This record gives sequence, structure tokens and C-alpha cells, in this order.
Amino acid sequence: MIGNGAVVLAEGAPSLQPLTAATGVFGYLWILIALPLFGAAVLLLGGRRTNKWGPYLGVLTVSLAAIYAIILLVSLMGRPAEERAIGQTLFEWVFVGGFSVPVALQLDQLSMVFVLLITIVGSLIHVYSLGYMEHDPDRRRFFGFLNLFIASMLLLVLADNYLLLYVGWEGVGLASYLLIGFWQWKPSAAAAAKKAFIMNRVGDVGLSLAIMLIFVTFGTVTFDSVFAAAGEANESTLTWIGLLLLLAACGKSAQFPLQAWLLDAMEGPTPVSALIHAATMVTAGVYLIVRSNPIYDGTAFALTAVVIIGVITMFMGAIIGSAKDDIKKALAGSTMSQIGYMVLAAGLGPIGYVFAIFHLLTHGVFKANLFLGAGSVIHGMNDEQDMRRYGALRTVMVITWITFMCGYLAIIGIPPFSGFFSKDDIIHAAFEQNLLVGVCTMLAAGITGFYMTRMVIMTFFGKARWPDDAHPHESKPVMTIPLIILGIGSVVTGAALLYWGNIESWLEPVTGIEEKPLPIPAIILEGITLAVVLIGVAIAIAKYRKEVPVEAPKGNLLTVAARNSLYDDAINDALVVKPTYVLSDGSVFVDDRIIDGTVEGSARFVGGLGSRLRRLQSGFARSYALLMVAGAVIVVAILYLARLP
Amino acid sequence: MSVENYIVLACVLFTLGAIGVLVRRNAIVVFMSIELMLNAANLAFVAFARMNGNLDGQVIAFFVMVVAAAEVVVGLAIIVTVYRSRRSASIDEPNLLKY
Repeated sequence: MIGNGAVVLAEGAPSLQPLTAATGVFGYLWILIALPLFGAAVLLLGGRRTNKWGPYLGVLTVSLAAIYAIILLVSLMGRPAEERAIGQTLFEWVFVGGFSVPVALQLDQLSMVFVLLITIVGSLIHVYSLGYMEHDPDRRRFFGFLNLFIASMLLLVLADNYLLLYVGWEGVGLASYLLIGFWQWKPSAAAAAKKAFIMNRVGDVGLSLAIMLIFVTFGTVTFDSVFAAAGEANESTLTWIGLLLLLAACGKSAQFPLQAWLLDAMEGPTPVSALIHAATMVTAGVYLIVRSNPIYDGTAFALTAVVIIGVITMFMGAIIGSAKDDIKKALAGSTMSQIGYMVLAAGLGPIGYVFAIFHLLTHGVFKANLFLGAGSVIHGMNDEQDMRRYGALRTVMVITWITFMCGYLAIIGIPPFSGFFSKDDIIHAAFEQNLLVGVCTMLAAGITGFYMTRMVIMTFFGKARWPDDAHPHESKPVMTIPLIILGIGSVVTGAALLYWGNIESWLEPVTGIEEKPLPIPAIILEGITLAVVLIGVAIAIAKYRKEVPVEAPKGNLLTVAARNSLYDDAINDALVVKPTYVLSDGSVFVDDRIIDGTVEGSARFVGGLGSRLRRLQSGFARSYALLMVAGAVIVVAILYLARLP
Repeated sequence: MSVENYIVLACVLFTLGAIGVLVRRNAIVVFMSIELMLNAANLAFVAFARMNGNLDGQVIAFFVMVVAAAEVVVGLAIIVTVYRSRRSASIDEPNLLKY
């Protein structure tokens, strides 16, 4: 395996590391969350007064948080390994009888890398948005929502219990909804926002059920106590918790079968797609699974389910990404596929947890790079997103082109770009665990090579197919500088994290680590992987080197299916929406005809009986008297007969 | 005399009264028939009181007489009022209170 050289790694699941009290520089952990939250509050409550300086305040709060995060990292690295988990209780939140949930933050090695990713990539994207959203009259609101997102995401990764995590989880869902529908005057954006929100709700049901089950089983929702007790819980309970957490992860991370919302989420502004729907929020599911690793360690079944979901999504995303002509949707397909990689790696157990996070980090950087590059292209092309109308843009957008190429080489995994290290590690881990899964990851790497090459050729190479009114130009420095930084990041993150940051031993206290022998020597495996990727690249070059038609050709069956996102909407419609309609129609029928029918029918029967019986009230006193006499005679007769022996 | 004779007489009187109520139209006659039925009952009460050797039946008979007197007052008043408005004492004619 790459990069484990001098590091001696403990095998198997980690023993839980105790939390140390937050002292010194760690005493102000809450400021991390409070800064962007403050920004969001000022921007969203301040109204038009803040229009002028609001966006800059938004950038400032996130940048300050990033600086503080770096200070935290340095201090954390200065500590001995066993004191790197910091706990800080802020205040008592829920306190009912024996059940208490404090608002408490936990900064350990896993949270730390997430905090860095969120704040650093987040501030770059904030800066970029200053340029991208320059002409939007509503950009104050945009920055307010972005800040709200950053605050929620930080809460999600810093929470020390599941309930607080849930708050952050819902917060990022809300921010995602608001930002997808940011251009709410566009019906498609409003619909996409609703779709994302509702599909996420399905996953959220999984998370809330998982939390309830955790509370019932362990009597607490704090990570430490739950994980300490996880070893003794019975396996079927752990399996259920694991599957419910997986459902939650599927919703947030757009994994099969809840993947349909991600492609539509591209309706939002491009920085949003980069920040939320590529780099950070969609990886929350991976975080949840890796964070809950002591639970998954007790249940092989749930882990296998995680792997299967990961493999399916990995291929679905890659296939969709290969056929979409909209540059953002192609990238969204790629995001699905890459998150599939991470989920799959997390499902491999202790072999894969570290690499899931490793790939998540490198992916966060290079995918943000690619998305912002795509945004720069879209910006320069008058909001044209169809790659068939691009071509030859390398001549006019040099910086965008070069940085995009960095991201491109990183995502397809060419050494020494960052994706190579993280993806190869996942492929290794997969081969160590299971040959079939290993082959799948390798194939998906090949498809990645294909669709990314296709994207690059259609966008930057070939002949110009621009619309008549387009005058492509390089973006302003405020957009290109973040691109350059992320481009450099795409090149160096992988090697830096692996060799300088020692990501494996860094994360080992949280996730544990395990190694198995590879079926074939590592160097050969790397060679084969690289060959598969290059074959994918070669196919794409052969196919798209010639003239790319402006109108999409008809394409074969698979292409058509992939263009339609593998018919996800149609399938959801047939499996969920239609049956729901049928069920509700059926319920209406039962209510109207059967329940109301019984009630109204009995009323009608009594009414009818009454209208007939009232004919007896003839108004003749003597007939009443006759009835009375007849009644009396009957009563007497009965009494008399009853007395007979 | 044995008590049966009284009871038979009471039954005969009661039946006569009942038939009178059912077949006569004149309200005054119907009223008199009702009195006949009440007194048939009184006769039975008194006979039973005699048979049992106590005063319970006789007390009830007094009650019936008192109630009958009150009833006569109200009943005759109604009959007179109806007669005034309709110039008739037939009990078949005031039949407005019906379905």
C-alpha cells in the first residue's frame, strides 16, 4: 500500500480515545460555528442596509473561521496522539429525567480534517462567489445562505452526539434547499429545490429512526458512550441501526436509490453546486458512516449493504456522467460516482474508513476546482451550459483551462495528482477485501477516465461551436485566484496528506485501520489501474477527436438511458408516486363510500323508518285510545300467559 | 259475598267504559266513560282492601277520586274551550295535531 512506509499501524478497531478538556486555544471551539452563524444572522436579518458590505462580511466570517481552523490544526498536531480528541460542553440543551443532551462539541482527528475542508474550500468558494454573483441583485441573501450552510455543516461535524448532529444535518438540508432554489423565479429551480428537500426527508427519516433506536438500545446519544457500549449490543440491533444510518447517508449523499435529486440540484448557482453539492454537504453521509464505525464493526450485514450501495451508485453516476451534455450535470454524475467510491470504501470496514475520508478530502478539493472551473466557463459563455456549444475554449480561458486540467488529472487518478493516491488506496483496499469489488472499482476508474476526457475535449479542445452572441473571455482575478489555489490543491493535496500529513496514522485513533495481503503485488495493481484509466481516456479521445455535432446524435440505448439519468424520475414515479396516488385515491374511496356510506346509510334508514311510522299520528284521539287499549290487552295477555306453568 | 263478584262487576264496568271511550264521539260522553273506568278500578281496589283486611286499597281509592276530580276540572275546561271555538263537542273534529 502506498505511503504507509515508516508508520507502524495498529491493527483492527480502535480503542476509544478519551476526550480531553478544551483548554487554551481549544477553549473557543464554539467560535468556529458562531462566526458564520453571526454572518448569516446579520445578512439575513439586516435587510437591504447590508447590501453593500454584506457579501464581504460573509467572506470575512468564513475566512476567519478558516484561519482559526488552521490554528486549531497546528495546536492539535502539537499534542501527543492520545490527547487529540477535545471535548467542550457549552450548555445543557435537553434535560428530562435521566435523559440529558448537552450542546457539546467534539474536535478530534476526523472532525478536524472536515473542519479544514469546510472552512478552507468554503472561503475560496465565498471569494469566488464575489465575482460569480457580482451582477445578481440578491447576492446579499446568497452570502447569508452560504454562511448559514457553513455554520450548519460545522455543527454537523463538530457535534459530540447524534441529536446535535441531526440539528446540523437538517441545517445543511435547509441551506441546500434555499440555495438550489436561489433563483426562485425559475420554476425549474423551485421544483429542483423541493425535490432535493423531499428526497432528503426520506433519508432524514432514517436518521431520526436510527437515533431513536440508538437511544432505546444504549440509553444515550453521545458518541463516546454509544460507541463504548456498541460492542455489547446484539447484532440484529446494530444491523438495524446500521441500515437506518445508511438510509440517512443515501439521502444526504445522493446514493442509490435516493440519488435523483442531485442532478436537478444543479439548478442552483454554480458556487453552490461546488460547495454544497460536490465538496462538502453530499459527503456528510460518508462522515456519518465513518463516524459510526464502532456500530458498523459489529454488523457485517450492514457493511455489505453499504458496499453494495456504493458500487451501484459508483456505476450509475459514472454512466450518467458519460452521456450528459450539460457540463454541470456531467460533473454531478461524476460527484455521485466519486461519493459512491467513498461509501464503498467506508463499507469495507477498518480497511477502508481512512481511505474513504482521504478520498473525500482530495475529492472535495479537486471537485470544487472542477465545478468552479465549469462556473468560470459558464460565466464566460453567457450562462450557456451545453458542452456541445463549447469547444476550443483553451484559447480564450487559459487560467480556467490549466486549473481545470489539474482537476481533471486529479479525478482520473494520474500520478502524482491528488486523486491518484486516494483512489488507488480505495482500489487496493477493495482488492484486499473482495476481488469482485476490486474489479468494480477499477472499471469505474476507467469510466471516470472516459467521461472526464469527454468533458475536457468537448469544452476546451476541438473547434469552437459557440453560440453567435457568446464572447468567451477569461474571468476576473477574484474568480481565477481561488481557481489557481484549488488547482494547486488538486495537484498536491493527495501527496501532502499521505506523506506529510500521515493521514492514515492521523485518523487511526478514530477509525482504526487494518491491512490484508493483496492478491497481486501492489505495483502491478497500480499499473493495471492506470492502464484501465488510459484505455478510458483513449476511447474518449478516439470518439470525440472528430467534429462534435452541436445537435446530440441519437445514440445507442445506454446513451439514451444515461441522458435520462437512467430514468430515475420515471422509476421513482412508477414505484413511489403512482402507488401513493393509487393509495390516496383508494383511501378517498373507502372514506367516501364505505365509512361515510355506513354512517349516512344508517341515518337514512332511521329517517325512512320515521317518515313511515309517523303516519300513525293521525290526529284522531280515539284511534290513539284504541292503540292504548290494544297495547294494554297485549301486555295483560303476555303477563297472563307468562304466569301459566 | 265472595270477592270474585266484585271483581267481575269491576271488569264489566271497565269494559263498558273502554268501549264507550272508543265508540262515542261526543266528548262529554267519552269523559263520562273515562269516569266509569276509573270507578271500576276504585271498586276493585276497595274489594281487594276488604279481602286483605287492611286500608291500603281504600286509601288508593281516595287518591283516585281526588285525581279524577282534578282531571275533570281540566278536562271540562278543555272541552268548553274547544266547543267555543268550533261549536261542536265531537272529539274527532279537533285533529290538527298530527303528522
